[in-house]
Amino acid sequence: MHNREVVFGLYDDETNLMDAIKMANKDHLDIYDVYTPFPVHGLDPILGLEESRLHIAGFIYGAIGTLTAFLGMTWIFTQDWPIIFGGKPYWSVPAFIPITFELTVLFASIGMVVTFYTVCGMGPGVSNPVLHDRITDDKFCLAFDTHSVSAEKAEAFLKGTGATEISNKVI
Amino acid sequence: MSATVSPLREPLVQGSKSYHDITEDLISPTERAPGKEWFIIFGISALLAGVMVFCIIWTIWHGIGTWDLNRTIGWGWDITNFVWWIGIGHAGTLISAILLLFRQKWRTGVNRAAEAMTIFAVMCAGLYPLIHMGRIWLAIFIFPYPNTRGSLWPNFNSPLLWDVFAISTYFTVSVLFWYTGLVPDFATMRDRASGIRKRVYGFLSFGWTGSAKHWQRWEALSLVLAGLATPLVLSVHTIVSFDFATSVIPGWHTTIFPPYFVAGAVFSGFAMVQTLMLITRRLLNLQEYITIGHIESMNKVILVTGTIVGVAYLTELFIAWYSGYIYEQFAFFNRAVGPYYWSYFGMMFCNVISPQLFWSERLRRNIWVTFFMSIFINIGMWFERFVIIATTLARDYLPSSWSYYVPTWVEIGIFIGSIGFFGVLYLLFTRVAPVVAVAEIKSILKSSGDQYLEPNSKHHHDVVSDYHTAVAEGKVYDTHHAHSESH
Repeated sequence: MHNREVVFGLYDDETNLMDAIKMANKDHLDIYDVYTPFPVHGLDPILGLEESRLHIAGFIYGAIGTLTAFLGMTWIFTQDWPIIFGGKPYWSVPAFIPITFELTVLFASIGMVVTFYTVCGMGPGVSNPVLHDRITDDKFCLAFDTHSVSAEKAEAFLKGTGATEISNKVI
Repeated sequence: MSATVSPLREPLVQGSKSYHDITEDLISPTERAPGKEWFIIFGISALLAGVMVFCIIWTIWHGIGTWDLNRTIGWGWDITNFVWWIGIGHAGTLISAILLLFRQKWRTGVNRAAEAMTIFAVMCAGLYPLIHMGRIWLAIFIFPYPNTRGSLWPNFNSPLLWDVFAISTYFTVSVLFWYTGLVPDFATMRDRASGIRKRVYGFLSFGWTGSAKHWQRWEALSLVLAGLATPLVLSVHTIVSFDFATSVIPGWHTTIFPPYFVAGAVFSGFAMVQTLMLITRRLLNLQEYITIGHIESMNKVILVTGTIVGVAYLTELFIAWYSGYIYEQFAFFNRAVGPYYWSYFGMMFCNVISPQLFWSERLRRNIWVTFFMSIFINIGMWFERFVIIATTLARDYLPSSWSYYVPTWVEIGIFIGSIGFFGVLYLLFTRVAPVVAVAEIKSILKSSGDQYLEPNSKHHHDVVSDYHTAVAEGKVYDTHHAHSESH
């Protein structure tokens, strides 16, 4: 990844952060990213984030699970090795329902979790740049990329909107 | 700033915490050496776990003959313990998934520990069917994989195989759900730490940064996982009950089993959560996060599910009589007054009668009553499974095969030991991860912290008392009072 320099400010409360974001939108400043210690509700619309499509992926994985289980059991019990159990038909659909359900849930869950970490660029042992140690504690961070917003402009903006700490970092 | 929350809502976070206080309170227990109490409980648990390992090796070495099973009593303490542990493992997902869908904010105080408890309980449960197989090295045969025996496949029509799928799926999904919730908290721990600790938590936190987009996806993931886990948790004990209900044994072959087992599972799971939370909040000083309000909410769930279980017991008795089927009637008569009458009495007393004390608000909010009740319920629910399994098998169709099942020291050792094994896992968990979800508590602070709710509550109180004063002084016409006088 190419180096980028970000200028960021830390706010003490999520309301200050949200006011600052609204101000930045009004001033047409391009926000690089926002980091918070917990999911702050109401951030998505003002940052212009689209709804996550993770659930669509989950549905597809689930459907794959359903088909794998149902078609797998069908093939095994009608083609590969048909056995009569308790005088029931080879293709005893009601008895396949529990396993079909379980594999639907299993595939959807594993698939979604793997997708989540992949699209977020996360995984075991991955280390992404951390702008400040207090962001995962109690500080709310607003960051600007110096390529789109000049460092002086960003610092002035952060100072003007009540950031308690302003700093920069190359990531 | 105070949020618009009903003044009747009890604060869920007490002590006027700031975000930083929450981080300190919840993470610092993992950063300092554990106290003496921790070492004592850990030592006892580890000793018991050692007993379990010894008894399991004894069983595998000498065979299942070391248990008191015979031709008719094919299931004894092993399957009793299996169902008991699986039942306990239901509360975690119920709290984290179903209460998330219902938007119950009190779940944030207990979900992390309850999910951990679920995972450890399912691990304990999973041991029993494996060692019950006798030749544990062939356990891999239960999975459908292409093999050199045909390929010969397992029987997909068997509830026992459904169980394999249900429990494996449940365990996997619970671990994924739990770990996804832990990742942001591991990042918090990483950013506070230095040296090797920072490296370890850096690895475990998967490179979490707290970006707004990541949080959005994280919430979407949690919500969908909750939506998937909700039917899953109901399916698991339903399928466990199918192990019994699809057989043709009187007393087992009943359609009431799935809902009755699920209610019983939630009941016993919440009891175990109470036992653990009451100890944990004391050992780690978490009284401001796991409040009396949390305990009362869980006691309400216990009261409801305990009563459902009670209704199920009575329904079973009624249907046995009403069916006019003598084998079914004998099965239930034998449960209540047969050779195992004491276990039936224990079940009825612990599960149905004693939880009725929780109709009283004072008792629901009493810590000692709650603690003893939770132990009672754990015992009662163990008796329930023992009643269903042992009494039924000890008196089957052929009176010539009747016998009386008494566990051997090996079976007792495995059971007592599994409680120690569970304790070891849980105590280690309290050392390496925050037992209360840090980020989630922060997200409810503004709507449930006492410093934000206090002004609402005070305002409500002032308005009400002003109104009463005004009525008393005749400044306001009390419509309600006038209305009742006119009659």
